[in-house]
Amino acid sequence: MGIRFVLLVNKQGQTRLAQYYEYLTLDERRALEGEIVRKCLARTEHQCSFVEHRNYKVVYRRYASLFFLVGVDNDENELAILEFIHLLVETMDRHFGNVCELDIMFHLEKAHFMLEEMVMNGCIVETNKQNILAPIQLMDKAS
Amino acid sequence: MALSGMRGLSVFISDVRNCQNKEQERLRVDKELGNIRTRFKNEKGLTPYEKKKYVWKMLYIYMLGYDVDFGHMEAVSLISAPKYPEKQVGYIVTSCLLNENHDFLRMVINTVRNDIIGRNETFQCLALTMVGNIGGREFAESLAPDVQRLLISSSCRPLVRKKAGLCLLRLYRKNADVVNIDGWSDRMAQLLDERDLGVLTSVMSLLVALVSSNTEAYWNCLPKCVKVLERLARNQDVPQEYTYYGIPSPWLQVKTMRALQYFPTVEDPNTRRSLFEVLQRILMGTDVVKNVNKNNASHAVLFEALALVMHLDAEKEMMSQCVALLGKFISVREPNIRYLGLENMTRMLLVADVQDIIKRHQAQIITSLKDPDISIRRRALDLLYAMCDITNAKDIVEELLQYLSTADFAMREELALKAAILAEKFAPDLSWYVDVNLQLIDKAGDFVSDDIWYRVVQFVTNNEDLQPYAAAKARDYLDKPALHETMVKVSAYILGEYSHLLARRPGCSPKEIFAILNDKLPTVSSATVAILLSTYAKILMHKQPPDPELQEQIWAIFRKYESYIDVEIQQRAVEYFALSRKGAALVDILAEMPKFPERQSSLLKKAEDTEVDTAEQSAIKLRSQQQMSNALVVTDQPPSSSSVPVSQPGPVKMPSQNMEGSSPDQAMTKVNGTVDKIDPEPAPSADLLGDLLGPLAIEGPPGTAVSEEQNPVSGLESPNSADALALSTLSEQSDSVQPIGNVADRFHALCLKDSGVLYEDPYIQIGLKAEWRAHHGRLVLFLGNKNTSPLVSVRAVVLPPAHLKLELSMVPETIPPRAQVQCPLEVVNLRASRDVAVLDFAYKFGTTAVDVKLRLPAVLNKFLQPISVSAEDFFPQWKSLSGPPLKLQEVVRGVKPMSIPEMANLFTNLQLAVTPGLDVNPNNLVASTTFFSESTRAMLCLVRVETDPSDRTQLRLTIASGEPALTFELKEFIKEYLVSVPTASPAPAPAAAPLQPQPPPIAAGLNDPGAMLAGLL
Repeated sequence: MGIRFVLLVNKQGQTRLAQYYEYLTLDERRALEGEIVRKCLARTEHQCSFVEHRNYKVVYRRYASLFFLVGVDNDENELAILEFIHLLVETMDRHFGNVCELDIMFHLEKAHFMLEEMVMNGCIVETNKQNILAPIQLMDKAS
Repeated sequence: MALSGMRGLSVFISDVRNCQNKEQERLRVDKELGNIRTRFKNEKGLTPYEKKKYVWKMLYIYMLGYDVDFGHMEAVSLISAPKYPEKQVGYIVTSCLLNENHDFLRMVINTVRNDIIGRNETFQCLALTMVGNIGGREFAESLAPDVQRLLISSSCRPLVRKKAGLCLLRLYRKNADVVNIDGWSDRMAQLLDERDLGVLTSVMSLLVALVSSNTEAYWNCLPKCVKVLERLARNQDVPQEYTYYGIPSPWLQVKTMRALQYFPTVEDPNTRRSLFEVLQRILMGTDVVKNVNKNNASHAVLFEALALVMHLDAEKEMMSQCVALLGKFISVREPNIRYLGLENMTRMLLVADVQDIIKRHQAQIITSLKDPDISIRRRALDLLYAMCDITNAKDIVEELLQYLSTADFAMREELALKAAILAEKFAPDLSWYVDVNLQLIDKAGDFVSDDIWYRVVQFVTNNEDLQPYAAAKARDYLDKPALHETMVKVSAYILGEYSHLLARRPGCSPKEIFAILNDKLPTVSSATVAILLSTYAKILMHKQPPDPELQEQIWAIFRKYESYIDVEIQQRAVEYFALSRKGAALVDILAEMPKFPERQSSLLKKAEDTEVDTAEQSAIKLRSQQQMSNALVVTDQPPSSSSVPVSQPGPVKMPSQNMEGSSPDQAMTKVNGTVDKIDPEPAPSADLLGDLLGPLAIEGPPGTAVSEEQNPVSGLESPNSADALALSTLSEQSDSVQPIGNVADRFHALCLKDSGVLYEDPYIQIGLKAEWRAHHGRLVLFLGNKNTSPLVSVRAVVLPPAHLKLELSMVPETIPPRAQVQCPLEVVNLRASRDVAVLDFAYKFGTTAVDVKLRLPAVLNKFLQPISVSAEDFFPQWKSLSGPPLKLQEVVRGVKPMSIPEMANLFTNLQLAVTPGLDVNPNNLVASTTFFSESTRAMLCLVRVETDPSDRTQLRLTIASGEPALTFELKEFIKEYLVSVPTASPAPAPAAAPLQPQPPPIAAGLNDPGAMLAGLL
């Protein structure tokens, strides 16, 4: 399956974006988010970017106040996912110009569109920023 | 602000953001949901723009973790909207909110299909994406041919085809039949010639899924994958936008190498040579660079290349090169690389014969076991486990044992299990196996699952040579103070069976063995009592000719337990007593346990059960399964997929001592004396290794101390005693750290129950769990660090009152972040007293020093055991204890009004058995209990309360016991509770009733016990 979920969470543990590629009930999601957020936020900079949780792994990266957490299968290539997070951030940067938490919060739909262009059914589908942003630009032009 | 273009949405989001707390947020969200619901109800007036806005709000609310149980229809209906912005929202929100089985999805299948086969490619993309994310079987059946057509169409643009590729992957997973293998493998090969890297990325994922279930059919794709890899590695024809920090799509490179790992081998020499050229380049050419992202990306590729080389079983030279690289990685400073180095070494061990080269790094790996990062420690543990064999087992297991005492709470169980398995698999000699396991139980008893000690018993039973040694070892452990209960169990079992083999050694006569085991009896749980009883029976049986004195001692115990509350124990006591009087016949009946049928170690099973299945069998797992057989040592059945062992009706002679006649497979647990109902199967074993990172049990033992209704709030002691003490010391500190919850309340609650929180502040939580048996008690303090930094200078000193003997085990100086430390505290009650033991607890967090004095709930009622006394027994006793100082009476005023049932309830909580009917006057209460202390042993206490229905604030209390001090203390103790109990509900006292003089009406009739009682008073 590869990627199971992508979560953006701020320092206070508030969810800013959540996309799951396997269906979880609301309770399961709440429990999962609570557990992994607590685990990841408690870690220091000197620790590695991978946290094992239940039967999968969380690859995470911190940008200022935002944590990007990606849940993957145990045999996924961790560093590739780690850089995929950065690619997502760079893509957001290109669109918003120095993206910050507020951009993502108030442009929830755009963040969703970008992620939707990059990941489908838990697999990476596009890594070309221009292609990823094309539909959003199309929308912006239309409105 | 020109925010999202949907003003209402922005306003809502910022409203939620400005909420001060969760409650406000909930209110705001509820209001919005109500608003949306009303708007949807009057749908007529809704413009598509409004609908879109509301649907986004729903998604936002859902993301925050609130249930959104309506409006799905509106979201789905947007899919049919003619315009792109609405349609897009419809598709995206639908795939977030609904799951594949939702009924609404069925209604839009046609719309979706029309979008897919239509001419508008943006619509095509939207539809393919949604189906790719949540399409189910029905979608697979009706859409697969269309999707396939799009994927291979030459007229479609890449942006549609890449989506079609992953959409097909979803449909294939839902129903593998949708892909017709015969024709499709050629198509796949063609697709791999694709120039566009987006399409290629998607097709590669599809290939991985296809090839993982059927390698044979896709052989023709192998050379194509190598070509793709060559193209990327040589950076030919890679558009700028697809390079990442100068590296041609690292993700596609990784995926391609992953696909290659599903092919067992590369036979064609040309292809093989090309592939190895590329791999060699990656292995040699990856340098450490300054830019983090570039470095990560190139190492992502490098690690995948390593995995592929291992898989391909390259020449010895290249393999050593790989191990050398990994060896370098596990000692670098960068934690990610260190983690991956360890992880990949473990994987390498599973697929390749590199044990010997990896062993050279053993020292470094052991160092990683002490890494500050738990993710890395965990990898190190896995690797040590995987690399262990007969040559290094001793070293590794000893390391694990040593580490056990300092390891994180979260890892100890896994650690213990792994050490036990290794000891079993690679024991150079059997006595070492016993040593290791007993050490395990001794050092980490709380983390040793029952399976471990069962296995020890099984091993010892099946190896005759081992029996005297094991018995001697077990005997030695019994001399240690503060033995873990599991150790008592295993020692008792082994000594019951084999202590006669030691009879000639000093200190090992049946009498001595019995005496030392019997010392433990008062403090153990009933599961262990059951085992001890079996052991006593066995000791009796082995002592031939019988020793009358020993016999008498043991019989006394059997008789004592004949009326024990636990049925299992009662039955054992009765039966052993009867059996042991059969003389010589006993030897046959209680003969030694027969050997256990060999079976797969339950420990190994436990470890294996943690394997989890993912949608695709990983390449590594597939491979390692083929080589798994050597990992099972004690298996005598084909590795079956079911996790439950087949019960083997082996030639097991049912031990006659086992009265229940359990099946052979159960014989082990049952006969050993673990009472089944007390000892249910350990929690789903997948959890054992699977979720060690789970939520820390910082919350302490279950049941927190707030809810008890009849908490006496204050006045347990006289006003200036410990109540004030605890608070006053805290208030001195109050400028720095404030406790959470009321410390006094917590104490009082714990006086009436045996587990809960004793103390909590922002840094630490102290939980408490207590077990009481006669005049002994065992309290366990759970010191949980709630923070991410350690608590230091931890100090705990118990200030015991004169009547208690208290022994606190070592409290560590430091409590690691988020860890919980357990400190057992042994209590012995010497005599009756209401004085309270105080725990002086101090620690430092950063610069904050905290010192609190906490009362320990080792109070008088903990040493009481309710006992029901019949009228025939009660009255003679009551009569014989006539007058002070053995019998004391007092009129208590200022009683908190409570009804008789309330009072009865309070007495029950205080361990006083209320016997209704003994006193005919319904306004009176009679209760009895046994008090235990070292000086009095068990002593019967009788209590009578006479209340005045017209004035519930006064009553007459009479206490009788065989010891003056006890009578006095108990009277004062009960008085304190009566005077202070806050009423949960106002007592239904008739307010207008006139005050009546104290003595209750005396009933007549000499045969009436109540009247007799009254007369005696």
